[in-house]
Amino acid sequence: MIPEIGHLALILALSLAITQAIFPLVGTFTNTRSWVAMARPVAWGHFLFLAIAFGCLIQSFLTDDFSVLYVATNSNSHLPNLYKVAAVWGAHEGSLLLWAFLLGGWAAAIALFSRGLPAHVVARVLSVMGMISIGFLLFMLITSNPFERIFPVPAEGRDLNPLLQDPGLAMHPPMLYMGYVGFSVAFSFSIAALMGGKLDAAWARWSRPWTIIAWIFLSLGITLGSWWAYYELGWGGWWFWDPVENASFMPWLAGTALMHSLAVTEKRGAFKSWTVLLALFAFSLSLLGTFLVRSGVLTSVHAFATDPARGVFILIFLCLVIGGSLMLYAWRAPSISSGGRFDFVSRESFLLINNLLLSVLAALILFGTLAPLIYDAMGWGKISVGFPWFNTMFEMIAPFLVLAMGIGPMARWKHDDFAHLFRQVRVALVISLIAGGVALLPMFSHGKMLVGLGVTLTVWLIATHLKNLQERLKHKHGLKGLLRDLAGGSRSYYGMWLAHLGVASFIIGATVVSNYGIEKDIRMTPGSDVTIAGYRFVFDGVSKTPGPNYTAYRGHFRVFDGANQVAVLEPEKRHYQMQGRPMTEAAIDPSLLRDLYVSLGEPIDGGDWSLRVYYKPFVRWIWLGGILMALGGLLSISDRRYRIVRKLSKSEAATRKAGTNATGNPATETA
Amino acid sequence: MGRSLKFLIPLLLFGGIALFLYKGLSMDPRAIPSPLIGKPVPEFSLPRLDAPGEKVTRKDLLGKVSLLNVWATWCVSCRAEHGVLVDFARTHKIPVYGLDWKDDEAGAQAWLERLGNPYVAVAFDKIGRTAIDLGVYGAPETFVIDKKGTIRHKIAGPLSPQLIEDELLPLINKLNQEG
Amino acid sequence: MKPRQKRLVFALAALVGIAVAAVLITTALRSNLAYFFSPSQVAASEAPKDAVFRVGGLVREGSLKRDKDGLTVQFVVTDNAADVKVKYTGILPDLFKEGKGMVARGKLGKDGVFYAEEVLAKHDENYMPPEVASSLKTAHEAGAGNATRAVVQ
Repeated sequence: MIPEIGHLALILALSLAITQAIFPLVGTFTNTRSWVAMARPVAWGHFLFLAIAFGCLIQSFLTDDFSVLYVATNSNSHLPNLYKVAAVWGAHEGSLLLWAFLLGGWAAAIALFSRGLPAHVVARVLSVMGMISIGFLLFMLITSNPFERIFPVPAEGRDLNPLLQDPGLAMHPPMLYMGYVGFSVAFSFSIAALMGGKLDAAWARWSRPWTIIAWIFLSLGITLGSWWAYYELGWGGWWFWDPVENASFMPWLAGTALMHSLAVTEKRGAFKSWTVLLALFAFSLSLLGTFLVRSGVLTSVHAFATDPARGVFILIFLCLVIGGSLMLYAWRAPSISSGGRFDFVSRESFLLINNLLLSVLAALILFGTLAPLIYDAMGWGKISVGFPWFNTMFEMIAPFLVLAMGIGPMARWKHDDFAHLFRQVRVALVISLIAGGVALLPMFSHGKMLVGLGVTLTVWLIATHLKNLQERLKHKHGLKGLLRDLAGGSRSYYGMWLAHLGVASFIIGATVVSNYGIEKDIRMTPGSDVTIAGYRFVFDGVSKTPGPNYTAYRGHFRVFDGANQVAVLEPEKRHYQMQGRPMTEAAIDPSLLRDLYVSLGEPIDGGDWSLRVYYKPFVRWIWLGGILMALGGLLSISDRRYRIVRKLSKSEAATRKAGTNATGNPATETA
Repeated sequence: MGRSLKFLIPLLLFGGIALFLYKGLSMDPRAIPSPLIGKPVPEFSLPRLDAPGEKVTRKDLLGKVSLLNVWATWCVSCRAEHGVLVDFARTHKIPVYGLDWKDDEAGAQAWLERLGNPYVAVAFDKIGRTAIDLGVYGAPETFVIDKKGTIRHKIAGPLSPQLIEDELLPLINKLNQEG
Repeated sequence: MKPRQKRLVFALAALVGIAVAAVLITTALRSNLAYFFSPSQVAASEAPKDAVFRVGGLVREGSLKRDKDGLTVQFVVTDNAADVKVKYTGILPDLFKEGKGMVARGKLGKDGVFYAEEVLAKHDENYMPPEVASSLKTAHEAGAGNATRAVVQ
């Protein structure tokens, strides 16, 4: 019964999505006020039915309703409840439902928080989101219905993929999807603006908070995924440049560029058509990522072999959404005024450079991801692009990005001069070069050039941002000024500040762990020990332990720093009964300065095991960076200017005024 | 003119990518040349699923153009494929042999009872030995075997009516005309 | 400079920049490409002698041998038409098993043995995993997503 309700709810959601896509939009062109006014309530209903469908699927999982094919293939009565819920998005059909549910949620949020927006803008935005939703719902109902029944009912389910039975990964997809789907808001705003032909500061101000929220989720999602891969895959890597990761990283890059570009459009009215294009890109790349992952064109041919209809469907959908929006862009963008002029040396220029670099990086990653496909299609052979290529590309471009990040926030809008900028950054430049030089000394770097680069960039970022903060507080009476700023309307500045420091944290973490990490694959006999980076790992053997839906070999290690025992590590090798597959669970002793990492390989004769013993300095700083960026984003949307819910009739004028006032002071805005 | 043309660039770029994606979709992983194509079906002798006392061997495949379908109850896409096979067996006079791969005997029998049995005979390959000899990478896979017991074609992944219409039937007709 | 000249200079600079970048990108790409070959192709000497490439197929039953150090393993990968001997030092992925698919990346030695730097195991014998291949990074299953693709190639 419950699955049928869910199925019905999906169908109803589809019909509401169709209503939401057509009537409000047509209404804005024919000036039919009642049709325009339909947008909000319909968006609410649409979300309600999606929520019902989503709830039904969760309920089916929680009650072990194996008559539902999707539940039977992805759950098991022994699965802990937490993972039963996570199993909802553990596979194809359910993750589509999650996607649609979140899309409905974003649309409902717009309906709720957009009271200050002109009715026809809301109507168009919601109708574009309705169109996207139609695509997803049709896809689900036609090719991948999560509520499909199976008869006769199996007595037991096949269990969730053991890799996914992990709290980190349970949260990873919802975060990521919130980000992906969130970019649909900026996308819809852009489409609405292109339709209306009115691209102004107000448009940018409306899209900005939504974009930042989506970006926060995406940042957290990627961070979580990286962290998960690190501890769950058992070999201590934190980024692999595989198509699935790239699929999330490309929209992040485009989204980051968009966020910065929106700032310029809001403040200075410049970059309008560029900003629109980035908004289209950010969401297009999210969709493309979905295509790459879902169709199996890249990740797994098996996936595609199952059901070519899925691949074709997504491709058509992709062409309609991306092709259609770019066509609209090609048609309407030429009529957009280029807006605010600026000089070659100005904050706009630095932001433009930053935008271009981010876009180039995204394009390169797209190219590397698609290269195997292109080679195959052209008959040049079957290839894989090694991760060193991605690393090289990243290392070539990122330094310039960071360089511009240091200077950009110092620069004045519209016009600045080199002499002034140089005065601002010279101390930071000297300090960072010295720090990099010291790091390059053979005793520290062991001849690795990247160490010098990483340290220079980190110190550069910190130094320029400290200088920037000092400049700002000079006019604001120190600490008191800072607190007043935080209480008042300048949180977006501090958000920028924090997020940029997150980048510094990421750089130093990545630099240190890649250059000073120690990884040792060894064979150990119970009772023996091994010393790595000053830590002595004593192997006390392996015992057998049962788990809820698996049995495990558990290794026992004690770790000593000199004579002190610093950690007990118990890595596991699990065997999941239903899926009949082994799984390595690494054991990690984390701390801010270093991780100690042990994972079990295979048993070799006589109680010996092959093992991975790793020392990973500063690896936490990578994820700390991600978290700081997300916190920075959070701080900046808490800025007074974005409290969207406030009575906007009054504040409309007020915000506009605040916007113009602020432009005079170079240190005020998020950049 | 030039000004507005540049706004077309993103669209053109996407068009290029879409073409490759489309090509990627039609670049069928099933087109993988199996090293066994053109070679005789390896010798095997396996118990019949419905009558474990009897054997299915390579000899059974001789004399008629036939299909050999590798399947298992743990394989979800085999389930999706099964209906197609049942229809195929009902509407065509081409014998379909099954190779039940690494499966549970009782479960497999129940599966056939429940979903219909399109197979002339099912060889039960408990340990997967024959599947390895056949170079099976996954389930389902379907081999087209000519009258002399030579493998002529292999399809990885589930069959679809379209695939049968476009690929299998023309090939089978051709093979039937061969001596 | 007049705006017109200015634009011309910009365009030229951009063109040169793009050209340089394209050269850099493709050279870097070339040195990081790993082509895929089947054991038959390796046996027929179609695979490069000094370059890194990938070889994939099934691990022949009973061929897995372990050296005394416990970390170096040898096995035979086959496509049932030809065999290639593979040597690898390190820990094999969770899903590596005799009789199952795997993909190794490495170089062919003069002795005809493939010296692998990396071994990936295929995660499933079921041609279905859209479920598995869902957004959730299955590609990492011990690097198996790639393997899935490659094994079928």
